[in-house]
Amino acid sequence: MATLNSGVPQGDLKEKWTQYKDSINLVNPANKRNIDVIVVGTGLAGGSASATLAELGYNVKTFCYQDSPRRAHSIAAQGGINAAKNYQGDGDSTYRLFYDTIKGGDYRSREANVYRLAEVSTNIIDQCVAQGVPFARDYGGLLDNRSFGGVLVSRTFYAKGQTGQQLLLGAYSAMNRQIARGKIQMHNRHEMLDVVIVDGKARGIIARNLITGEIERHSAHAVVIASGGYGNVYFLSTNAMGSNATAAWKIHKKGAFFANPCYTQIHPTCIPRSGEYQSKLTLMSESLRNDGRIWVPKRMEDVEALREGTLKATEIAEENRDYYLERRYPAFGNLVPRDVASRAAKERCDAGYGVNKTGEAVYLDFSSAITRYGKEQVLLQGEDPNDHNLIKKMGQEIVKSKYGNLFQMYEKIVDENPYENPMMIYPAVHYTMGGIWVDYNLMTTVPGLYAIGEANFSDHGSNRLGASALMQGLADGYFVLPYTIGDYLSDDIRTGTISTDSTEFEEAEKNVKELLKKLVENKGKHSVDYYHKKLGNIMWDKCGMSRNETGLNEAISEIKELRADFWKNVMVPGGLNELNKELEKAGRVADFLELGELFAKDALTRNESCGGHFREEYATKEGEAKRDDKKFNFVSAWEYKGEPSEAKLHKEKLEFENIEVKERSYK
Amino acid sequence: MNLTLKIWRQKSNTEKGSLETYPISDVSEDMSFLEMLDVLNEELIEKAIDPVAFDHDCREGICGMCSLYINGEAHGPDRRVTTCQLHMRKFNDGDTIFIEPFRANAFPVVKDLVVDRSAFDRIQQAGGYVSVNTSGNTQDANSIPIPKDDADTAFDAATCIGCGACVASCKNSSAMLFVSAKVSQFSLLPQGQVEAKERVINMVNKMDEEGFGNCTNTGACEVECPKGISLDNISRMNREFITANVKK
Repeated sequence: MATLNSGVPQGDLKEKWTQYKDSINLVNPANKRNIDVIVVGTGLAGGSASATLAELGYNVKTFCYQDSPRRAHSIAAQGGINAAKNYQGDGDSTYRLFYDTIKGGDYRSREANVYRLAEVSTNIIDQCVAQGVPFARDYGGLLDNRSFGGVLVSRTFYAKGQTGQQLLLGAYSAMNRQIARGKIQMHNRHEMLDVVIVDGKARGIIARNLITGEIERHSAHAVVIASGGYGNVYFLSTNAMGSNATAAWKIHKKGAFFANPCYTQIHPTCIPRSGEYQSKLTLMSESLRNDGRIWVPKRMEDVEALREGTLKATEIAEENRDYYLERRYPAFGNLVPRDVASRAAKERCDAGYGVNKTGEAVYLDFSSAITRYGKEQVLLQGEDPNDHNLIKKMGQEIVKSKYGNLFQMYEKIVDENPYENPMMIYPAVHYTMGGIWVDYNLMTTVPGLYAIGEANFSDHGSNRLGASALMQGLADGYFVLPYTIGDYLSDDIRTGTISTDSTEFEEAEKNVKELLKKLVENKGKHSVDYYHKKLGNIMWDKCGMSRNETGLNEAISEIKELRADFWKNVMVPGGLNELNKELEKAGRVADFLELGELFAKDALTRNESCGGHFREEYATKEGEAKRDDKKFNFVSAWEYKGEPSEAKLHKEKLEFENIEVKERSYK
Repeated sequence: MNLTLKIWRQKSNTEKGSLETYPISDVSEDMSFLEMLDVLNEELIEKAIDPVAFDHDCREGICGMCSLYINGEAHGPDRRVTTCQLHMRKFNDGDTIFIEPFRANAFPVVKDLVVDRSAFDRIQQAGGYVSVNTSGNTQDANSIPIPKDDADTAFDAATCIGCGACVASCKNSSAMLFVSAKVSQFSLLPQGQVEAKERVINMVNKMDEEGFGNCTNTGACEVECPKGISLDNISRMNREFITANVKK
């Protein structure tokens, strides 16, 4: 039986990580050559971990389902990466980043992990610049910063709206260097379908070659899961189409506890849905809230006219606009954290003020910023300060240089020019703070099995701040795991190569093959997407931006029914031994159908509101989330017991010794 | 709108392929091109026909996984977009649309519209990196100022998504735009200078070895590139390559 011991070292918060690194066991370079590590996933966490572990000398075997490690969905992260560099001299510090992250997470994350994250954040920027990542710079040639939600400093480093791409290509290049040296064995187009546990330790995985369909055994002394989050349980999300929870869910079924599954981030600024055929939702970066102002009309007649198409947004007078974030949260304004901004948008739309035909959209307006930048440019260049057309033109140029690619994306999708008309946006599922439970070493409840990046739960509590996912992924992969894994592997220097001929590998392979065979031989009447969309609807309606007891109970029974129907009636065309995209999807949806139920169960158990988890029964008079620190100041870690409904709850109590726990306010 | 699709079907790399015809009706102009194919695939599955295999992932134009040669153009008729960002409003009711895989010797077809672009990875492995350890013992990020123009130009080159549209569009199947984007990024930054000579030689040699064709300056790659990677990068790489060989 696994137990919950976070293993946070003793001592002063500020010294913990340094002292801990000094005291843990190391593996000597010669012995590292005899140790194999498997990494599943090549996003920022998996890519950086693979590269660093290989550089340290371990033999790394890395897996991704895409055709190249460079495609992992970290590539789509737009706005930026936080680091407590204080280059702007605006009062930033490690403590402040730590404080903002804990508060932003609504006091539901582990203090020691978050402090360590803040501490290594500065190394990340140094590291990435050394790798040739082209961050944005100012005219003096130094690095530029911008501001993100939930903070009062500018600590976000960026590369236009493609920061994730540049950082991931940095990690990919570091991987390539090690692949060329033979230190990373790269397995593209492979999907992990189970973990193999030998004598209580993770010793390998079963993977499917997605081109040939072959089921392969791979052994190692430790296994690292870096497969991202489970946002696609909602079908529609900003995740990639292939993003899935299979690796995480399979290890959960083999003994890794799953923590806080109900903590999901619904991102406030995404392009609204357009129709039934919709396959995914597209994010518009939070960085846009640096310059964009969010509003809906004050008067219902304007809303109606907008929907009928008889009125344009630009025709609505300033005094008839409700800049509801600025109104409700004067201190943070448009840069409140994501959970707060999303709920506020929902509140206005539920009240009937949504500005598009579906009633699910609000405006994100750049006209003030365009005028502000334009005036500055006109003055700088000695032009006529009363020439409104010139001001607009020059302002638009500045906005384009900051957010050009995002504006282009918007225009291509919506077919409207966001420089002229305000963008229409609505919240969408974006990130999952919940994930595999890990200790201070990032090890799960199974010895030798690690989870890093979005796949684990530890750093963001119940709400993640913008630009912190990139920071966490790279912190885990470059700077944390490579140290902590050595402590475990130091016991394995005499083990030798792990054989794949054991009964444990045989058993795991047999189970995987049977499951796949069942799927292709089922020959039912509904496609995989049919089930995925149904699951998504249940999740969005009943486990979405706000939840209540009745809805969650309904969700649990509906998901159960849907799962039974899936196994009876799903249709997977094609065969086992070929490229079969429907089969890939089927396996992933089968896992989502279990995870969704645990998600609802977790949400039902947590009788409080915190961060992204908003229970209608637990709200303040102003409609803000109301925590219950007496009863729920813990991490919910679920142990698999055969069915999601039978999962057993373990609690890790959260201790806050260096921060005052209080009501989270952005007013 | 109603459309006729002519789609390349090929069971595997070893079997011959052919164009098959599929009518599709009630296509909304707000659909993305891939959503239109999703709808087609749902219909095929219902009729127990093997759905069309195509690569895609992020569906927001950044992962570079989607490909498709649509009516004779990589990523279709729109400019500065990938196939996943192409919308059906670019087509008209009654159109016949030809959908083929990216074709090049170095990109063998895997199945239907899916091709193997691992040659791109191997070129990157030949030198597309700065040999710096990732364990964090580097100097402060602001210790070397970089002129904004250089940083911006390096960034523009670095936005290449590795989709292969340049190769598919080139009559010679040349990968010069792809390779030069990476070479340029590093040659514009001080961090990339140390290994600049070896990098350009190794990457160009690898490119040739993988079976990509030569560049004859038609400029088709730049036109079809969804990220607008500039031909200037090719000139820069040629310059780097020649100097590297002279100095060798």
